[in-house]
Amino acid sequence: MFVARSIAADHKDLIHDVSYDFHGRRMATCSSDQSVKVWDKSENGEWHCTASWKTHSGSVWRVTWAHPEFGQVLASCSFDRTAAVWEEIVGESNDKQRGQSHWIKRTTLVDSRTSVTDVKFAPKHMGLMLTTCSADGVVRIYEAPDVMNLSQWSLQHEISCKLSCSCISWNPSSSRAHPPMFAVGSDDSNIGYGGKVQIYEYNENTRKYAKAETLMTVTDAVHDIAFAPNLGRSFHVLAIATKDVRIFKLVPLRKESTSSGPTKLEVQIVAQFDNHNSQVWRVSWNITSTLLASSGDDGCVRLWKANYMDNWKCTGILKGDGSALTGSSGQPTAMSTVVGSSLQSQSAFNGMSAGRYFFPSLDSPRVGSRYGHLLPPPSLIDNCEAEPIQPQAQPQVQIYRRPSRALLPLPEAEGH
Amino acid sequence: MCCPQNIPAAGRGKHLGFAWGPGDILVYETHLKPKEAKGPGSPFIHEVQKDEDIYSPILRKLFNESHHIFVGLQTIRDDLPSKNKKPQFVSVSKNYRSVIRACMEELQQVAVSSQDSQKASQYENQVSILLAIELIWNLCEVLFIDAAPAGSLLLHLLDWVRLHKTDDDVKMRDVLQSESPAAHHSYWDVPSGNQTLTEFDVKWRHWHEEIDRCLQDNSFASNQHLETICKILSGDVDTILEHKNLLSSWYHFLVTRLLYLHPTVKPTELHFYAQTSLSMFLETSVTEPLDSILLAAFEFDIHQVIKDCSIALSNWWFVAHLTDLLDHCNLLTSHNLHFGSNLREFLLLEYASGLFTHHSLWQLAVDYFDHCPEFGRVYLELQIERVPLDTERKALKVLRICEQRQMSEQVRSICKIMAMRALRNNRLGSALSWSIRAKDAAFATLISERFLQDYCTKGTFSDLDLIDNLGPAMLLSDRLTFLGKYREFHKLYGEKRFADAAKLLLSLMTAKIAPRSFWMTLLTDALPLLEQKEVIFSANQTYELMYCLEELTSSLNKTVPSPDQPMQDDEIEVTKVELLRLALARNLAMAIVKEGTVEA
Repeated sequence: MFVARSIAADHKDLIHDVSYDFHGRRMATCSSDQSVKVWDKSENGEWHCTASWKTHSGSVWRVTWAHPEFGQVLASCSFDRTAAVWEEIVGESNDKQRGQSHWIKRTTLVDSRTSVTDVKFAPKHMGLMLTTCSADGVVRIYEAPDVMNLSQWSLQHEISCKLSCSCISWNPSSSRAHPPMFAVGSDDSNIGYGGKVQIYEYNENTRKYAKAETLMTVTDAVHDIAFAPNLGRSFHVLAIATKDVRIFKLVPLRKESTSSGPTKLEVQIVAQFDNHNSQVWRVSWNITSTLLASSGDDGCVRLWKANYMDNWKCTGILKGDGSALTGSSGQPTAMSTVVGSSLQSQSAFNGMSAGRYFFPSLDSPRVGSRYGHLLPPPSLIDNCEAEPIQPQAQPQVQIYRRPSRALLPLPEAEGH
Repeated sequence: MCCPQNIPAAGRGKHLGFAWGPGDILVYETHLKPKEAKGPGSPFIHEVQKDEDIYSPILRKLFNESHHIFVGLQTIRDDLPSKNKKPQFVSVSKNYRSVIRACMEELQQVAVSSQDSQKASQYENQVSILLAIELIWNLCEVLFIDAAPAGSLLLHLLDWVRLHKTDDDVKMRDVLQSESPAAHHSYWDVPSGNQTLTEFDVKWRHWHEEIDRCLQDNSFASNQHLETICKILSGDVDTILEHKNLLSSWYHFLVTRLLYLHPTVKPTELHFYAQTSLSMFLETSVTEPLDSILLAAFEFDIHQVIKDCSIALSNWWFVAHLTDLLDHCNLLTSHNLHFGSNLREFLLLEYASGLFTHHSLWQLAVDYFDHCPEFGRVYLELQIERVPLDTERKALKVLRICEQRQMSEQVRSICKIMAMRALRNNRLGSALSWSIRAKDAAFATLISERFLQDYCTKGTFSDLDLIDNLGPAMLLSDRLTFLGKYREFHKLYGEKRFADAAKLLLSLMTAKIAPRSFWMTLLTDALPLLEQKEVIFSANQTYELMYCLEELTSSLNKTVPSPDQPMQDDEIEVTKVELLRLALARNLAMAIVKEGTVEA
């Protein structure tokens, strides 16, 4: 892995959330400076800020994009007890030339009596639906029945979870076999108050959400929660950020025809990682649900992956190195100073091996090697006119030349 | 424990937030305990990417050409007997290898000619890796795919080593070639199949005994050089090792040993000689990744080879293609890996998913997913939706791929996104055609309304071409049908086909195709037809028009006038109605007279 570029976000206070849009060409950032900024990625990969405006009267905790089927729509939530919906207005031609666009507020949702901690759009097949959760323990689901009129939202469901809520995640599965389902996490730290993750499911008959399951084994405060994209599986996968990283498998049990309640779920723990050695604050899946990222109190972002045998391992770590970044934004000037060994730096086929998850490596990679470059045999290079490349000066006399230096080290053989 | 990747300008120990993107992850300094107040952190957001290979223009050829070979391999017919398939698989393997070599050559050229020393060393590194890959692949081809039996096995290994020697081995080559021609002659007879392995073995033993005898006799005592050569020929390991500097590697040493001591070596015996050669040749016991991989190959442990290669290389290209080929040779299952096809699919999915984030290579990935029977389709569905629809052309390309595979939900979604985008930019025609393609009746209705509103305000239609050529798509929504028919009315009027136009106009109301809200506009459109000198509407038609007008006015009267509505609007409406009533009455009179008159 390497840092391809660094963007100067220019917020006047701490950034709380960064969110990519569906196609990965736009980005929204929000901050304690009460504003939201929208960035567009140009063809050469550079990011330009195309909008920046004050959104709330308190720190903005989260910002999220609606599916592009609904147009260019953002939602934000804040310490000021509100959530808001924003829509981009196609501007005047001179705006376009200046690379600016305008966002206007379509609605403010003021039902919460406390800080709104998370805001998420429901899966698109459910229509344009927005969900918020607050420290007052209530999850609210709003719907905009007319997609062309975003100023009209109605509160469809108000669900009291009894405990202060910190995060929500919708099950992205649009399969008819699964009714709409979401999970709520609570950051209440009192272990005596029971399971801190609740799963709710929509009931077609009662037209209401009912609790399907509480994960009783998760008793510590939960800070983040994320359903994995469903890859045609019959079960659901849920990642939880709590005092460690946990991954659960939720298997729907066959419903009896007479039963009218929510689907019974069998809960199995798939993996548990305490590598952060501290509170884990965020978890999130990549698009194909093949990688899970987690961020913790230890200042690290860890990447987790399952191999084809479904064994989970850590496949990468990112952490701040405390160095200063010189140069203007967009230039990865610190790349060479930052990355560990020169072997691991800019060369292709190098960097963190994605295959490392097969088994954990015991050492950090060895710098350098006893062998120098292999000069390609002349038979393969017919029209090379320049002098043969002198091998780089190595501490030892290099007699044996082998192509192996560029390969990443394997773990010490322990009889594999 | 993995090796941490440092992020610059993020404070040590500070919390890191992150956001997943296509092919990268954004990382920024933040503070994740919401209740604690902290000052502003580092203002930077860092884009962390995993793999830059897909952006290398030279490696792109590797991806493109190997894709071609891959697709060809998938279509080799399964029902052929294996003895017919083996030469095809060997040929495929050689194709892959030649693609690697071509890439290597190009990289080497660029490395040599590059002015930038950093880039040059980067290219050289890539060349090194490709060399290693080709070395491993070649060995796998010899041992697994070609599965050379004893006798020809050694010849294949000799070729293999020859291809990967350095230029320093020119000396060794000379040494080898300076042997007595006779000895070599019989040697190289083996591949022609003129003699069986046993026959060869007998001959070789005889020759070997002769060499030994020469040494015992001290026949070459006078000539140090010749004696050394003789010792080497007899397979005297110590002598060979003394001349280590002429051998480029332990596997070169291995093959040399085999050549002089065990030319009829069997595949199953290889691993023993390999192990011992490695330990004899290398002074330290520390092995490099390449050594382990080659050893695993000599041990015929295919799974270990794949595993080790996956770790040693950070790009999935090599393991994905090699494993796929080995799977086609039925080598994964025969080695008792019950997850054989899972492994192949897993690696292909990883490789293809990596390609998908590239702005043009994603199209190659589609074919890889097509050949992953278990998860290929669902991976494709998930990822193809995310391809940025920068231009209409690109959107159409993506759509074609989805339509070919009956991915109807993805087709609908992409069309809807394009329709929405067009609508926001007020390109009604484009929005309408995308809605039709999405078969989105609701959206088509919405856009038709917009068209009609536009007509009311401007008096003209935009995008006439589109509306005129709707064809059966018109039936998607009622409003759309009305729009199409209404436009038809205007065309007829323009062509002065007044009778047809009149008939159509009436039917729009009587057949309830037109929304009630539009009736006033239609009736107003009827006025010029009513005021022609010639009678156009028949008496019956006039009666029907009157009926429509009455229906309309009675429903209007029923609505409670709102206090906001300006009085003027009402007056205009009243005037209009009066005008219509007058025109209709006059027309009725004329029509009755005309119809009652007997033509002279």
